[in-house]
Amino acid sequence: MAWTWFHRFGSPPYFYRVAGTLTPWFAWPAGVLCVAGLVAGLALAPPDYQQGDGFRIIYVHAPAAWLSLMVYTVMAVSAAVGLIWRMPVAHALSAACPVIGASFTFVALVTGSLWGRPMWGTFWEWDPRLTSELLLLFLYLGYMWIRSAIEDTARADRASAVLAIVGVVNVPIIHYSVLWWNSLHQAPSVMKLGRPTMPASMLVPLLMMLLGFTLYFAALLLVRARGELLRRERSTRWVAEVIGGAGP
Amino acid sequence: MTTPSRPPHLAGHDLHLWRGDRAVFSGIGFEVAAGVCLQVTGPNGAGKTSLLRALCGLLPLERGRVQWRGAEVHADLGAFHAELAYLGHDIGLKSDLTAVENLYYEVGLRRRVDRAAATAALEQVGLGPAMHQDIRHMSAGQKRRVAFARVLLCACPLWILDEPTSNLDAAGQALIGTLLAAHLRAGGVAVVATHQALPLPAESLRSLVLG
Amino acid sequence: MSARVPVLQAGLRLMSRDLRLAMRRAGDWLQPLVFFLVVTTLFPLALNPELSRLRDVAPGALWVAGLLSSLLALELLFREDSLDGSLEQLAISGVPFAWLLWAKTVAHWLLTGLPLVLVAPLAATALGAPAAAIPGVLAALLLGSLALSQLGAIGAALTLGLRRSGVLQAVIVLPLAVPVLIFGARATALAIAGEPIAPPLYLLGALVVLGVTLAPLAAAAAVRISLE
Repeated sequence: MAWTWFHRFGSPPYFYRVAGTLTPWFAWPAGVLCVAGLVAGLALAPPDYQQGDGFRIIYVHAPAAWLSLMVYTVMAVSAAVGLIWRMPVAHALSAACPVIGASFTFVALVTGSLWGRPMWGTFWEWDPRLTSELLLLFLYLGYMWIRSAIEDTARADRASAVLAIVGVVNVPIIHYSVLWWNSLHQAPSVMKLGRPTMPASMLVPLLMMLLGFTLYFAALLLVRARGELLRRERSTRWVAEVIGGAGP
Repeated sequence: MTTPSRPPHLAGHDLHLWRGDRAVFSGIGFEVAAGVCLQVTGPNGAGKTSLLRALCGLLPLERGRVQWRGAEVHADLGAFHAELAYLGHDIGLKSDLTAVENLYYEVGLRRRVDRAAATAALEQVGLGPAMHQDIRHMSAGQKRRVAFARVLLCACPLWILDEPTSNLDAAGQALIGTLLAAHLRAGGVAVVATHQALPLPAESLRSLVLG
Repeated sequence: MSARVPVLQAGLRLMSRDLRLAMRRAGDWLQPLVFFLVVTTLFPLALNPELSRLRDVAPGALWVAGLLSSLLALELLFREDSLDGSLEQLAISGVPFAWLLWAKTVAHWLLTGLPLVLVAPLAATALGAPAAAIPGVLAALLLGSLALSQLGAIGAALTLGLRRSGVLQAVIVLPLAVPVLIFGARATALAIAGEPIAPPLYLLGALVVLGVTLAPLAAAAAVRISLE
């Protein structure tokens, strides 16, 4: 049963339709959650006893960092699916991911740098998390560049899939090695809050933002994947029907 | 070497190949039994090279099945390749090695060959004393002869040859024809993309026109 | 005719072919080594020629120079074979392709990585490392260069046939090489400071094992894709 669903989902016109229907179901809740989370985080949560109001940037930084990793994983998994089962939909999903992921990584880097500024006095320190995020940004860039360097779409899909799989295996290794390196040198690592555990009033907005960002990613991914599919399958009949207005 | 279960036989069913947006060929089917050569013809860009490379397994087919000795090729690519000798556009010879060394190292990956066997194969293709020259010093026609000697030395039942007679003079073309005929008489199978007429009896020749 | 060749022997024959070819083009294969020495020389010129001060940057300098020169050396791994068509002949030879590519990678390491390791004591001493540190430096660079070879093979395979692939190859390989750099540089620093170097060496060894088991598979997949 699950396999038939899997293969149906892999059909481009089917995916196109379903994705179009699903997008508003992700987009609206994402908007609501992000607004609510921001309000709760910026105004309602109490200030951290050590960092005062400066910690509030965590409500953007932490979800962005989390998403930057999640997007890479989704990208690698769909690339692997596309490679193994030869599914164009999976490759289209994978192609739609890196720009989103790189943007989240960039946001995480900028907000992380802003967060550290009051404590460090500089805009950059080789904090382990920030360093890992920077390396993740390079991985995204490498993935995007190898895609654009290969002209044949099918070959680009497959080559970048190998890179994504190699990358996703390496990401935990890189993260661990950066943590190890950081622990040796006692470099500043202030991406933590004053209390050992977070009270609900601090945690709830964070989870709301996290869920909001995730739904936003899902909605954006579906939109971009649909665009990718249209571009890739532009010479087929179903695309002609869609453009001609016969489809949804 | 274990006795193969069935006689040499190559078959392709409903082969489709895509390059980007367009279909290079679609719906191609053929069957070649032992002692038969499939001659693939067609205008430039019709996909002859792509078909041959797809049969070798270098290009992925969009759709279709290829069977060797009655079994699906993709089920055991290694075994299929062990019985395949391919001569493509890129000759696949190292310029810095001599002809003998090329054969010794290349064919030596799959068969026990010694330099005597390599020398004999090179003599069969009419190379003579040039066989001890580096490949870089040879003419295009001589290089092609060396590549054909590699096909001979592999002793494989299936030959896939892409324009084997290009750059060869009339004597060279006749030689290829003779060697091909001998291979078929010994029960081998061949797929050859060529514009030239092949000097083979009608019952040993099948034709496939692309484009 | 004659019998099939065992897989191990096929790999060895391919290695000996590559080694013989390299001997005929020895100049090409010396270039990464010279590059390593040139880059190493840049550090005292850019920083401070006092050995006591250089000692602090020696691990970093050695590893950055080693990383960059092994990147350059990747040019020599698959490019020739892909240009003259012998790479695709290997792919359809009936011998497991990942094994053949690994044999090529080992030959390549013997010709580029190993010379680097042997020259490293010279470079390390020139950057202020004490003589007692040399075995540790050698061990770290030996394991590190092995790991980098495997990783580099993936990068080289992915960018085969692309224009200006050198920079792209670097952008792909360098982030992936960060763990090797971290553990290797740390081991070198510990060696220079005279402290036990076992922990980072073990980690480096683990990376080598991981690379040797997984990298040939990724490289084989990537080369097959490039051959299409």
